[in-house]
Amino acid sequence: MPVKTIEEINERILEGKAVVVTAEEMIDIVEENGAKKAAKMVDVVTTGTFGAMCSSGAFINFGHSDPPIRMTRVWLNDVMAYGGIAAVDAYIGATELSESQGMQYGGAHVIEDFIAGKDIKLYAESYGTDCYPRKSIATTINKNNVNQAFMFNPRNCYQNYPAGTNSSDRTIYTYMGTLLPEFGNVTYCTSGQLSPLLNDPEYRTIGIGTRVFIGGTHGYVSFQGTQHDPGQVRMPNGTPASSAGTLALIGDLKKMSTDFIRAATYEKYGTTLFVGVGIPIPILDEDMAMKTAVSDKDIYTNIVDKSGKTSFSQAVSYQELRSGYVTINNKKVPTSPLSSTVKAREIADLLKTQIKKGEFLLTKSAEGLPTDKKRLNKLEVRGY
Amino acid sequence: MKKIKANLTFPPSKVTFPLMTLLVREYSLEVNILNADVRLNKTGKLVVELLGDEKNIDDALEFIEGQGIKCHIFNGTLSIQEEKCIHCGACTTVCPSHALQIEQPDFYLTFNKEKCLVCGLCIKACPLRILHLDHRESEE
Repeated sequence: MPVKTIEEINERILEGKAVVVTAEEMIDIVEENGAKKAAKMVDVVTTGTFGAMCSSGAFINFGHSDPPIRMTRVWLNDVMAYGGIAAVDAYIGATELSESQGMQYGGAHVIEDFIAGKDIKLYAESYGTDCYPRKSIATTINKNNVNQAFMFNPRNCYQNYPAGTNSSDRTIYTYMGTLLPEFGNVTYCTSGQLSPLLNDPEYRTIGIGTRVFIGGTHGYVSFQGTQHDPGQVRMPNGTPASSAGTLALIGDLKKMSTDFIRAATYEKYGTTLFVGVGIPIPILDEDMAMKTAVSDKDIYTNIVDKSGKTSFSQAVSYQELRSGYVTINNKKVPTSPLSSTVKAREIADLLKTQIKKGEFLLTKSAEGLPTDKKRLNKLEVRGY
Repeated sequence: MKKIKANLTFPPSKVTFPLMTLLVREYSLEVNILNADVRLNKTGKLVVELLGDEKNIDDALEFIEGQGIKCHIFNGTLSIQEEKCIHCGACTTVCPSHALQIEQPDFYLTFNKEKCLVCGLCIKACPLRILHLDHRESEE
């Protein structure tokens, strides 16, 4: 039986009466009071994550020059942006590398510089048309002189992710960081018990249209993310045993802050973007109280060999990963996170404060995320 | 007295050479092995701290080089632009001496200068590129 509705929770937020706690605080509350009582006590649980999310980028509309140009090829600070859309729209992706600086600078850095208010060098080319005669343009843009600029990330907030290790005899450089030879270390990258989709594992409240904290401002879940895979094997508590759901997120780039969006370079891999996301979860009933009380000891992932040499896979809890060591083949192997717990906590706390002050209201999703059991397709190599 | 930290790279033919014993016996050095990667018939690596008379250390370094063992002395200090750090933890994974650590319960990055070998492995492992060596490493 439902305890309360989102509308009732919003009324309580506006009256300044809502009880809002972080996902970490909820663990103790449910342990001490039980889920049934906790569902009555708590209105909202806030989550947070701050990890590298490659599938991120931004649409920018530059405005028209005189005479105008239909940009076909576009560079921002020597990083190519996709211009195959309308005349002065482009999409800058986080992982596109600079043509002059290589991996030291990429689309992610353009986005961070843009948010920081810096001037960005724009160069664009065109074949020229009767209606858009200009064939090239060189100028600078910044967040004050473009029209719209919004982050649109096709895949953020991965609901769980495999930890990485390396069985080979040489150091490998991956998007999971530097992995030392002979199972020399393990890296992992979700915020575990604070992670948004691990606190709503069956997507009961997070769906299309859900208002979220993204990059320091408010944005929305616009769709299921790419590689959304709800059919992943589930633990008895509903959390997936490895990577599963994802979210496509959207938010106003001009309102974001470099406190919550940071560009990164992984050695010999490339550039990516650290994105700070927080999602509030309404405690509608006992089930949601129980789900949001999930702790690291009850969330599992698998450690996989990123060298591709073996099909090694070992289940491990986040409690073990976060202890600093795991045991692989009877050897104590150091672990390190790649996603920031410090920032995830900062986001969950900030969101809690905003909701308490009535600055952030909860939304009922327009449509739920897919929950079907069909697994992801593989790309077949068909020759040529 | 002088103390240095060095990375010694042994060619496969020298992996069985008892270098540490000789450094202790012939050059009266105090040897502290900080990290070792030694496998038969493969290039071996030792990160060591050597303590002794300045002349003995200089003589020992000359001896080491004479054996075809490459010696890379770590100089300078590691600096972190702390205000830019996001405490992700990527640098801790490659730190051989655990000078850089992220630990429960607060998960803030801590840096212990005393433990730092100034090996520089963390510099490229940092995704935000906010770690730097204050002085360039010198090779001897």
